[in-house]
Amino acid sequence: MSDAAPAVAVDGLVMRYGDKVAVDELSLTVDRGTITAVLGPNGAGKTTTLETCEGYRRPQRGSVRVLGLDPVAQRTELLPRIGVMLQGSGAWSGVRAMEMLRHVARLHAHPMDADGLADRLGLGECGRTPYRRLSGGQQQRLGLAMALVGRPEIVFVDEPTAGMDPQSRRTTWELLGEVRAAGVTVVLTTHYMDEAERLADQIHIIDHGRLIASGSPVQLTRGGTAATIRLVVSRPFPPGAPDSLRLALGDLIEVTLLDEVSLLVTGPADATTLAKVSGWCEEQGVLPESLTLGQRTLEDVFLELTGRELQP
Amino acid sequence: MTTPGTSDGVTDWTPRPGGAPWLRQVAAQASMESRLMLRNGEQLLLAVVIPVIVLVGAVQGADRVDLDLSGRAIDVFTPGVLALAVMSTSFTSLAIATGFERRYGVIKRLGSSPLPRSGLLAGKVGALVLVEALQVVVISAVALGMGWDPATGGGALLGGLLAVLLGTAAFAALGLLLAGALRAEATLAAANLVYLLLMAGGAVVLPASAYGSFGGVVEWLPSGALGGAMRDALVDGVVAPVALLTLLGWAVVGTVLTARTFKWE
Repeated sequence: MSDAAPAVAVDGLVMRYGDKVAVDELSLTVDRGTITAVLGPNGAGKTTTLETCEGYRRPQRGSVRVLGLDPVAQRTELLPRIGVMLQGSGAWSGVRAMEMLRHVARLHAHPMDADGLADRLGLGECGRTPYRRLSGGQQQRLGLAMALVGRPEIVFVDEPTAGMDPQSRRTTWELLGEVRAAGVTVVLTTHYMDEAERLADQIHIIDHGRLIASGSPVQLTRGGTAATIRLVVSRPFPPGAPDSLRLALGDLIEVTLLDEVSLLVTGPADATTLAKVSGWCEEQGVLPESLTLGQRTLEDVFLELTGRELQP
Repeated sequence: MTTPGTSDGVTDWTPRPGGAPWLRQVAAQASMESRLMLRNGEQLLLAVVIPVIVLVGAVQGADRVDLDLSGRAIDVFTPGVLALAVMSTSFTSLAIATGFERRYGVIKRLGSSPLPRSGLLAGKVGALVLVEALQVVVISAVALGMGWDPATGGGALLGGLLAVLLGTAAFAALGLLLAGALRAEATLAAANLVYLLLMAGGAVVLPASAYGSFGGVVEWLPSGALGGAMRDALVDGVVAPVALLTLLGWAVVGTVLTARTFKWE
């Protein structure tokens, strides 16, 4: 039965800390064999959701199933099948890097070769270094190695590339791609748009504990001719700026205020629209600092979605 | 296609999940934790160096101060110093190590590994037993070198083993109670303070009778009970039922309280 179940099924999950609602009626599915990104700003509820999947927290309302199993009630059955990379340490301060990885490997029935894995992750040179002396990036990579060494079916990685240099990030992305190709499901949280866009088959965007959009990167960034014009000005916009611009541009075009000096125009980004935008600037007496044309990126999607949220 | 695991850097990631057998996990955990304990300078000081200093110091001091002891100083003090060693490992070292494991997220990390909580606890007990065995060997060797003449026979062996076992259970439960309730630094301070107080005033090394009218109170402390049981076993060669039951009582109370209050993270 559980073999037909999706990798992860979250249904109506609600999690509160005191008065604060961390996760609010969240429902999402992760298909097997995919890299699925849970994308959202800090404090959006990503880690809480992930930790509920990992069995650390009991759902206060709603349900969570991983490989068809209840992560709390069927913990002993589930844990050997998943790999977890936590945000931040998770190792004794005096333990040597390889010693830690070998220890986790020994807890599994059919672990990967720890040395080979360490080499693959560029940890070969710091094998005898105590954990507390590893750099942030090395600690991250060791965390990833610990998550993978038991040959899991699903690996949950919380902000895998936070604090890594660009080279390590690319290596990690490549590696996660390989892992997926071997049939492992990867669930990752990130607040890096480019990471989600480059890596994920499926993206769930979360804000304030709610799911605000789901789809593949292409689906999410598609929007007809939807290109964007990003306008940044030197001084804050006058009051009522987005409305007056909306009026000037017409119905087909969306205007989203990003902050007090920048806004996003989404719609057919043709010469006419561009002319209207600069005309509006002249009319309002604002000086454009930059006016950028571009395809819609995940970043634009996200800002639009949360932008709307901020000004109902 | 490339062959899995070959040297060209291509690694075989094909899922093959599963936990190791429980005993193998416990053995791995016990060996890991005991190695970390022995690697740590302060813990080694606590485990071996301080007990040996106390032993030598107490025997030397007893010759001068003329304590009212029921036998030769080395014979009375060695069981007490062994009790002190058990206390230092199962209480102080365990509490400090566990406190920092919580702080550094080690317990959380292992919580998502195949190692169940029962395995984690069993691993900790295994590590304590390994370190205590080492302590007993070192301290006994020093004591024998100083002319220690312990009681032998079935009563001595059984009484000594039960005392170490129940003493470890009682102090480990109390150590975990401390580590589960306080922050790591507070645990560090409290565990060392309690150790010092019990070493001085808890009838571990000195028999309860040496405390005058307090003797009747301190022998009910886990430290006094452990020290008493060790002395009964290794001085007189007998099992000490009251002291052992006292330790069992502390172990049960400590375990119940720990089970209620301990937070893994």
